[in-house]
Parts: sequence; structure tokens; C-alpha cells
Amino acid sequence: MTDTTAHGHTSSAGISNVKLGMWAFLGSECLLFGGLISTYMLYRGRVTGGPRPSQIFDIPFTSVSSFVLLMSSLTMVLAVSAAHKGEDRKTNLWLTVTALLGATFVGGQVYEFTAFYNEGLGFSTSLFGSSFYTLTGFHGVHVTVGIIMLMSLVGIFKRSEVPGKKAEVVEMIGLYWHFVDIVWIIIFTLVYLIPV
Amino acid sequence: MAIIEREIEVMAPMVATPTSTYGVLKRPVAATGWRAWVFTVDHKKLGLMYGVTAMFFFIVGGVEALLIRLQLAAPNGKVLNADLYNQMFTMHATTMVFLFVMPMAAGFANYFIPLQIGARDVAFPRMNALGFWMFLFGGIFINLSWFIGGAADGGWFMYAPNSGPVFSPTHGIDFWAFGLQITGIASLTGAINLIVTVLNMRAPGMTLMKMPIFTWMMTVVQFLLLFAVPVITVALFLLSFQRNFGARFFDVAAGADPLLWQHLFWIFGHPEVYILVLPSFGIVSEVLPVFSRKPLFGYPFVVFSGAAIGFVGWGVWAHHMFASGLGPVSVAVFSLTTMAIAVPTGVKIINWILTMWGGKLVFSTAMKFSIGLIVLFTVGGLSGVTHSVAPSDTQQTDTYYIVAHFHYVLFGGGVLGIFSGLYYWWPKMFGKMLNERLGNWNFWLMVIGMNLTFGPMHILGLQGQPRRMYQFTEARSGEGLFNFAFWNLVASIGSFVLAVGILLFLINVVITARNPTKSPLDPWNSRSLEWMTSNPPKEHNFDVIPTVHHLDEFFHRKYEEDPATHTMRQIATAEEIMAEQERNADAHIHMPSPSYWPIVLAFGLPVITFGMIFSHLIAVFGAVIVFFAAFGWALEPSTAPASDFETNNSAPSTELDTVGKS
Amino acid sequence: MTTDTTHTATSAEHSENHGMSDAGYIRIAAILAAITALEVSTVYVDFGPLFLPALLIMMVVKFIMVVSYFMHLKFDNKLFSLMFYAGLVLAVGVYAAFLATFKFFIQ
Repeated sequence: MTDTTAHGHTSSAGISNVKLGMWAFLGSECLLFGGLISTYMLYRGRVTGGPRPSQIFDIPFTSVSSFVLLMSSLTMVLAVSAAHKGEDRKTNLWLTVTALLGATFVGGQVYEFTAFYNEGLGFSTSLFGSSFYTLTGFHGVHVTVGIIMLMSLVGIFKRSEVPGKKAEVVEMIGLYWHFVDIVWIIIFTLVYLIPV
Repeated sequence: MAIIEREIEVMAPMVATPTSTYGVLKRPVAATGWRAWVFTVDHKKLGLMYGVTAMFFFIVGGVEALLIRLQLAAPNGKVLNADLYNQMFTMHATTMVFLFVMPMAAGFANYFIPLQIGARDVAFPRMNALGFWMFLFGGIFINLSWFIGGAADGGWFMYAPNSGPVFSPTHGIDFWAFGLQITGIASLTGAINLIVTVLNMRAPGMTLMKMPIFTWMMTVVQFLLLFAVPVITVALFLLSFQRNFGARFFDVAAGADPLLWQHLFWIFGHPEVYILVLPSFGIVSEVLPVFSRKPLFGYPFVVFSGAAIGFVGWGVWAHHMFASGLGPVSVAVFSLTTMAIAVPTGVKIINWILTMWGGKLVFSTAMKFSIGLIVLFTVGGLSGVTHSVAPSDTQQTDTYYIVAHFHYVLFGGGVLGIFSGLYYWWPKMFGKMLNERLGNWNFWLMVIGMNLTFGPMHILGLQGQPRRMYQFTEARSGEGLFNFAFWNLVASIGSFVLAVGILLFLINVVITARNPTKSPLDPWNSRSLEWMTSNPPKEHNFDVIPTVHHLDEFFHRKYEEDPATHTMRQIATAEEIMAEQERNADAHIHMPSPSYWPIVLAFGLPVITFGMIFSHLIAVFGAVIVFFAAFGWALEPSTAPASDFETNNSAPSTELDTVGKS
Repeated sequence: MTTDTTHTATSAEHSENHGMSDAGYIRIAAILAAITALEVSTVYVDFGPLFLPALLIMMVVKFIMVVSYFMHLKFDNKLFSLMFYAGLVLAVGVYAAFLATFKFFIQ
């Protein structure tokens, strides 16, 4: 009789369990970020004290940050491409570059928030402050978790201990990373570029 | 030749010496004892653990309810002061919704979905275990508040700004909010797991429209959870940030709109009530055909109406807010959508009745509970229709009329369905049948008790008794015999009748456990695939994965249509079918191996949340636990390699669970 | 949490295509960068009444490009698209309705 695995062998839809699970998770994340974005949109510009968005945003700086994050999506996809071809060193290279670009983005966020705080926008200062920091903070935490996953993957690859297929794991982290990027695409437009 | 070596009751302990370590721990291997439960990833064990824990919380929530009813049994009640009363109704509802009905449904889903689709486990077994432990720890965490300064007291819907630090200064709401975040992650991971399982792991030949109806309803529930849990996650974060970090989200002085909370809560809250009732609809849809000796009438209609309820359910949330000042346009829109959602539910009721029509009805306890659901849920649905008419709802809202409505749909619908499932599936899970005579008393006392408790609440609501009122005076009680005092007394008496009914169920469980009589293999002459296993099923569920050709596959293996008389004739007994399975058993089955990481990771979460309330250093420590567990998990393969187990002379194999000789 | 899927299930999907070459991805990234530059230019150049529609369209285009090409959704099993777009459409619908009750879209 044939060998039967507990899961994955009789695949009714013919697709990977992990990939389907990841896309389901990303679908649910739309509801999460949608809620945070809607809260921001409801409260944007409600400033009873402290600076308004137009007074405090540094569009050139944030544009560069956004560009960096966008490019990290490119390097991520190059990592996935290399992983599918089995090019381990190239995979690790692109994963590391992606993590570095992501860290640059987060660094930029930290710098930006510090500047805002010094200019009078705290978490409790106004509704704008609370909702801005909450929305961008959640996004930043997601990016940070992504960076940790990327660096962990590089570390694990070096020890050659990844159970399961390597390319698939890189692809899954790639999906997560791109999602975090597209959330920023929305945030950048709605929060920064539309003046209040 | 493939012979089943191991008896189900006697699990010979496997000698195992794991060779690989992950983090600092070698993976667990015990097949017996408490470790077999604490580190299990087996969906059936997890299902039972969900069920037992949920039943425990049912008792907790029930005691909370009885205290409320004692307080309201007569004017000027002295049982609970106002503050304690607020905590009591908040925790009663929170416990019943999040810690009883949802996990009980998760228990049934965990146990039966893989069996119903012909699979050996779910897609992500360790994540399944994680879900259970997060639920348990989250539930304990929420209830810790009783002992540390007082429980949450803002009502289960926790409206702002009442929920803020000004009006609710104890930590109760923080325990509530953080605890629900933990149980929320459990629901979310469970949803992802079951969706992938159902879409990707069905037996060969089982198309979606040949899936058992319970699995269909639970799949709709998982999609509802997948998309609704993130919304309440946002709301709970906003609340926690307001209470603990000075955010201004619900601070009216800063220009906040308190309706923000209400919208976010009810965008989750309305799909949530379908999450609560659809599992019971699924159970009833399984039970009625079996005990009517007829297939489910209009299976495609029941499937599509379930999906329609799931879909339209997203468009009705503001009917909980008709009196909040939304404005006439919003109110009109949501009024219409709420009327619309009665339609798919009506479709189900009709299909259930037509299933019974012309059938040879068997009034087992499971069947009685299912019929009870049809009747009592309909009562609750009818009062629901009156709420959809916004002008009449304006009078009903925040009165006991609403309390009556949702208890009829949640108890008459949700709970009765759960009990139907328990009586129906008990022989499958435990190899014994619950006592039917006791079951009869159980059923009738619950139904009579339930109606005595919640029936009068319709009247009380229309007489003007508001919700959340901790006490009423003689004067407030009104004139005449049938006043507040009278109906509240009836309701309180009813609640104790109900409690006795539930006690009888617990007694039934104990008596059955002590009764050595085993149930027959196919006690109810059932239709669906989970019954094509032993009682209880073997660890690997099916000796050979069945190929499915029909809806109600098990039924069609036992019966076929006689071409001459066009009646169904039996072609095989359940025993014969099982024997054939055993003869053709797979030689080598790899089951997913137990693991430490789910419980370790789950444990880190309440440590984090405890730290968020009391000490950020503790929170960091909790995060470290989660981090460490995540790494151990990622590095550990889901099935232990053969090298982890040394060969035992008497055992024929090296796998933890193998059937037959290689 | 990795599953022990057999090769047949996943290799079928892989052989379908890793359609885009690295050069192709770089081209997509260049387009995305150009659109981003155009978005930023709206701060400095007066688009008049076209400002908001243009910005929103550019945002949506970038979103769909990343999802379809970088996340490979365009080339993969339609079930993944269903899963993701169901969540997205639901989120947009529900939250738009939510904002509408606050008269957010009325000037």
C-alpha cells in the first residue's frame, strides 16, 4: 500500500497548505489594517492641541522612506526567484539586503517619530497623534517582525536546518513582506499625501 | 498483510529516545498519561479538551447567571450590590459567548471536520494545539480579574467612554481586553487551520457539494472568524491604548466620537452572533436527517443559505445602534438589510421541517434537542424581526425584550444545538451512549426552564424594565399582579429549573462513564463519513482513506436503491464496512508528532498581557518566551523523523503510530 | 508550522511558472518607482480637481501591481485570489459604510 502522510498528500485543491494559509491570513490582515486606517481617516485633523499634519509632515523624507520600502519588495522578489532556482548564496544575499532596506525604513520611521515628538506631537496630544502613531506603529511592528523573520531565515539557511522546502518558506515570508509594503502604499497616500 | 496491532483502549507505551533537540528540548514522545494530552497535536484529543473546558466555563457562566436571577427575584434585592452586579452581567455574557459557545463549537469542529472529510488530521496540527492552549490561558486570564481587583464591568459590548479609565478604574477591563486578544488569536489561527483543511484535505471524490453539512456550516463560520476577529482586535487595541497609554480615541474632550467603538465592536459583533449559531445549525442539519430516516431536504439550499447568512451578516451591524443617533438614512439602510437576513434563515427552517415531513421520526434525545432548536430559535427569530423595524426597536432597545430575543436565539438556538450534538456524537467520541431516560428529563427541564426564564422577559421589556438594572423597587415594580416583581420571580424560578436540567446532563455524563456498556458501532444508523470509523476512532482515523462517490457517503455504502421496487435496501452493515477497511489498511501511516512548543508559546501570551497591566519587565519576559518558542517550533519538523524512536522488539515499527507490518 | 507536503502537490504549481524573469521584476519596480514619483509630485504641482482621483488611482495601481506580480497572484491558483480579494473587498465595503455613517464622504 502506498505511503500516506497525515496532511498534504490528498490535496483536494492541489495547492500548498502553507500558501493557502498565508493568503487566508493576509485576507484577514486587510480587516485589521482597514480598521486602523479607517480610525485614522475618521480622526485625521482632529487637533485640539498640538501640531496639525500639514505643519509636521516632511514629505521629501517620507518619500525617500517609501521608496526604500518599495525597493525592498524588489529585492524580496529577487530572493524568492533565487530560492526557486536553488541559488542559496544569492538567496541569502537578497534576503539580507531586503532586511537592511526594511531596517532603513524602520530607522527612518523612528527618526521621523522622534522629530514629531520633539515638535509637540505626542501619543496623547490629540486624536491625530493617537491615531497616527497607532496606525504607523502597527505597520512598523509588522515590518520589524518581517525583518526578524528574514534574518532568522538567513541564519537558519546557514545551518541548513530548515525543515520542509526552502523555496516555499522564502516565498511565504515574501508574501508577508509584500503585504506590509502594500499597506504602506495605502498609508503613504492617505495619511501623508492628502493634505488636511 | 496489514493487521491492526494496537487495541484502542490499550496503548502500549512506545519506547522512544529522541535524538534531535530543538532549542533546549527534545520532542515529547509519551503516548499515555498526562503528557499524551498536554503535548498532543491530535485533533480528537484537542476537540475533547475544548469541549471539557467549554463545559466548565458553561457552569461558571451559569452560576453568574443564577446570581443575577437571585438578585432580581424580588424587589430590593440584596444579593449583589450595583458594582458587583455590573461585573456579573459583563462576565456572564463574556464567558458564555467567548468561553463556552465558541470553544464548544471549536471542539466539535476540531473533532469532526477531519473525520467528516476523510482526513487524518487538520492542516496544521501544532497550530491547532496552540489554539486550544491560547483559549484556555486566555479564559483563565480574563477570570483572574475576579481575584485581582474586580472583574470587567462595562457590559460584554463594553461601550466607550464608560469603558475608559475614568469610569472604570479597576483593572477588570484590562484583563478582559487583553484576555480576549489572546482568545482572538486562538480563533484566528483555528480559522486559518480549518479553512485550509476543508479546502485542501478532503478525501478523493469529495467535492464541496458532497461535503457533510456540518462541515459546510463550520467552514462558513471559519470565514466569518477570519474576517471578524481582526475588527475586534482593532477595537480592543484602541481601548487598551486609551486605558493604559493615554490615547484619546474615546475621549470626547479631544473631539472623539464614542460611536467609533460601537461601530467597530458591532462590525465584529454581528458576524459573531452567526459564528455562535451556525455551528448549531450544522449540527441540527446532521441530526434531523438521521432521525427522520430521510436525507436533508434541499442540501444545496441549506448550503447556500448558510453562505448567504455569512455574507449578508456583514451588512446589518448598525441595527444594534438604532438609538445611538446614527441619523435616518443609516437607520433606514440597516433596517432593510436586517429584514433581508431573515430570509436565508427562514430557508433553513423550511428545509429542516421538510426534512422531517414524511419521515419515520425517531425521538431520541438528540432529535428532541434539534426539534427544540427549530421551535425556540424561530421564536427568537420572530422577536428579531420586530427589532429590524427601527421604530419599534427604538422602544425595545436596551430593555429586557432584547434580552429575551438574544437568549431565545442563543440558548434556544446555540445551546440546544450543542446538546443535540453532544447526545448524537457521544457514542462516536466515547464509545458509549448517554442514557436516554435521563436525556429526556434533561431535555424537558432545559426547555421548560428556558421558556420560564426568558419568555417573561418579552413582557418585562415591554413593561419597561431596562437592561443592566441591578435592582428594582416595589414602586418601580408597578401595579397589579403581573408586574415586574411577578415576572422577575417567574424568570428566576425558571433559571433554577434550567440549572437542574443542566445538572441532569452532568449526572448523565458521570453515570455513562461508569456504565460499562459499549455502544454499537453505528448506533443511530447515520449517514456521514465520521461514522465510518470505530468508536472512538483510531488515532489515525481511517485505516484507508475512503474514496467518496456520494453526499452521505456512509449511507450509500450501507444502502442502495433496489431497481425493482425503488426502495432502499441494505447492502452492507457498518461492521462489514469496517472489517473491509481493516483488510485494506494502509501499511505505513505517518501521523504528526506531539510537541512542546504550542503550550510553551501559548503560555508566553498571558505573561505578556499580565506584564502590560502590572509590570513592563514581565511583559518583556513573556515576549522572550514567545520568541524562544517560535524559534523552537520553526526548527522542529512537524513529524518526528524515524530516527527519533528506537526499535522495540515487540513493536513492529518505529513510528509513533503505525498500523500493520511493513 | 511547515507541512510535510509531497513534491507532486507543489512542483506542479511551480512548473506552471516562475513566469517573470529577474529583469521583468526590475521593470515592474521601475514602474512602481515612477508612479511613486508622480504621487509625490502632487504635493508640488497643482493637479486641480484631478488631485484626489489621480492620487487614489495611482495608489490602487501600485497596490494591484505589487499583489499581481510581486506576490504572483496573477499567475497562481485562483483560490488564493479569492481568499485575498474576499478580505480586501469586505474590508473596503465595511469600512466605507462605516465612514459613510459618519458622513465622511459628504463635503
